[in-house]
Amino acid sequence: MTAIQTPPNRSKPPPNWDGSGTSRIPAWVYTDPDTYARELERIFYGPHWSYVGLEVEIPDAGSFKRTSIGERSVIMVRNRQGAISVLENRCAHRAMRFCQERSGKVKSFVCPYHQWNYNFDGQLLGVPFQRGVKGQGGMPEDFSLSDRSLTKLRTAIRGGVVFASFDPDVAPLEDYIGPQVLRYFDRTFDGRKLVLQGYSRQRIPGNWKLMMENIKDPYHPGLLHTWFVTFGLWRADNRSQLVMDAKGRHACMISTRNTVVDEEVAAVATSYRANMQLNDMRMLDIVHEPWWGDPTVCMTTIFPSVVLQQQVNSLSTRQIIPLGPGEFDFVWTHFGFEDDTPEMTDRRMRQANLFGPAGFVSADDGEVIEFSQQGFTQDKDFATLCELGGVGVGDADHMVTETLIRGMYRYWREVMDL
Amino acid sequence: MSADLALRLDLADLYAAYGACLDGGRLDDWPSFFTEDCRYRLVPRENHDRGLPLSTMDLRSRGALLDRVYGVKSTLFHAPYYQRHIIGPARVTGRDGDAIHSEANYLVIRTKRDAPSEVFNTGRYIDRVVRTAEGLRFTEKICVFDSELIPNSIIYPI
Repeated sequence: MTAIQTPPNRSKPPPNWDGSGTSRIPAWVYTDPDTYARELERIFYGPHWSYVGLEVEIPDAGSFKRTSIGERSVIMVRNRQGAISVLENRCAHRAMRFCQERSGKVKSFVCPYHQWNYNFDGQLLGVPFQRGVKGQGGMPEDFSLSDRSLTKLRTAIRGGVVFASFDPDVAPLEDYIGPQVLRYFDRTFDGRKLVLQGYSRQRIPGNWKLMMENIKDPYHPGLLHTWFVTFGLWRADNRSQLVMDAKGRHACMISTRNTVVDEEVAAVATSYRANMQLNDMRMLDIVHEPWWGDPTVCMTTIFPSVVLQQQVNSLSTRQIIPLGPGEFDFVWTHFGFEDDTPEMTDRRMRQANLFGPAGFVSADDGEVIEFSQQGFTQDKDFATLCELGGVGVGDADHMVTETLIRGMYRYWREVMDL
Repeated sequence: MSADLALRLDLADLYAAYGACLDGGRLDDWPSFFTEDCRYRLVPRENHDRGLPLSTMDLRSRGALLDRVYGVKSTLFHAPYYQRHIIGPARVTGRDGDAIHSEANYLVIRTKRDAPSEVFNTGRYIDRVVRTAEGLRFTEKICVFDSELIPNSIIYPI
């Protein structure tokens, strides 16, 4: 008798997470390859919206931008009617990633291997020698161009920001983000025309979720980042609010700059430098913009793929592209508004010195993520302690809590079924 | 010796001293290679080629360079590393008034503790150089780098 062979699983079940809470996060969540494979399937290719870009990046018919959702290469392109499609960068013939330029303008997409030709909606327009040559060869009778389109993703645009999803059943973008966070999304992206100011790209040797955590962690900026602490841009004594969507996956950290330091904070945060003065103060030439209202900073995380930054006059989207459990690319797109004066553009560019891969503030975020990942790798039985402000999940009106991280993992455990 | 030849030798000395300063970790001396009203930019090539204004570093006076030095030494938490600059021969590309336009390729190799050396950042300097009482100084230095995907972070100047 022969044993019945069971089909191989696509991925092994990930390890077990004891208990039902999210205040102790096991190290394997950041390092296990099977867990990561499940994240790609259930999160990045599942019913979630991922950031692809800004409308202003593709101004004309045929303008495109290549990027990735999870590890799948996609292209955002504008068609002749002005609508935006997001297509998978994989030829339907032999899987070629036919688009290799990062951006540009084309008349149609042609895979160079065998010249299969697609329009901006991903439809296959033609294949060479479909009917053979001199009566010989060619495609079979039942070959149909319409069966061989590029994968076309669901697309949603709000306020000039483009999102896409591989899952046709994903909830509408507005429901996905939820009213609590959407309010702050709309604060920046209220329909004004955006202006593209440039990119920064970094490859960070850490798990992608650590960057989401970093922007859900109001505890660290007022300690690690001397510039934030000293100049009051982010400090534990600032008036602030933490807001989540109903599922706890997205969040906003909102705060108002404080120019007078609280004594208790100054005594604890050793990064506070009472006497620190800049030789060139123009980097902190902050001008209030009417659309801010009261808050001077709003950092938004839209799970799983993007951080939206307004920190005084500096604005960016920061895209997360995972590359295995231990690495991700982090792509910054800085922008302004069409009605910015040249002085405001200059100001945004000077304040950008605080951010990005060399930023006075952000460079060490990449560094600490790298070192956390090293720590997870060296001891798989470790679990983080994430209990500042308790073990529960809820909005807060102060910064001394890790509730947003616990909220994200509550959702993560649900969607990952772990 | 012709004036052209003398200029070439002076430029060669300037770039050699500049690289040696950074590779030697003498950060405090770095601003002294620049004039008071200088501009220093570190720019990904894609932004430069497309005319997009965003820089990775954008310092608009010697004071701002001093602030960067302070930031690196006293505020930025980072893994320490050595830099090694390999700078190609300078090419004079033009002049305006007293300023000399000069370009040179560069390659920066990074060596972190406990790790092999790696190509860290490569590109070209696009410079404006002026003669001062102390010798040639940069009044503008734009480092346009091909290595757009930065291996985590850039802490020290290039």
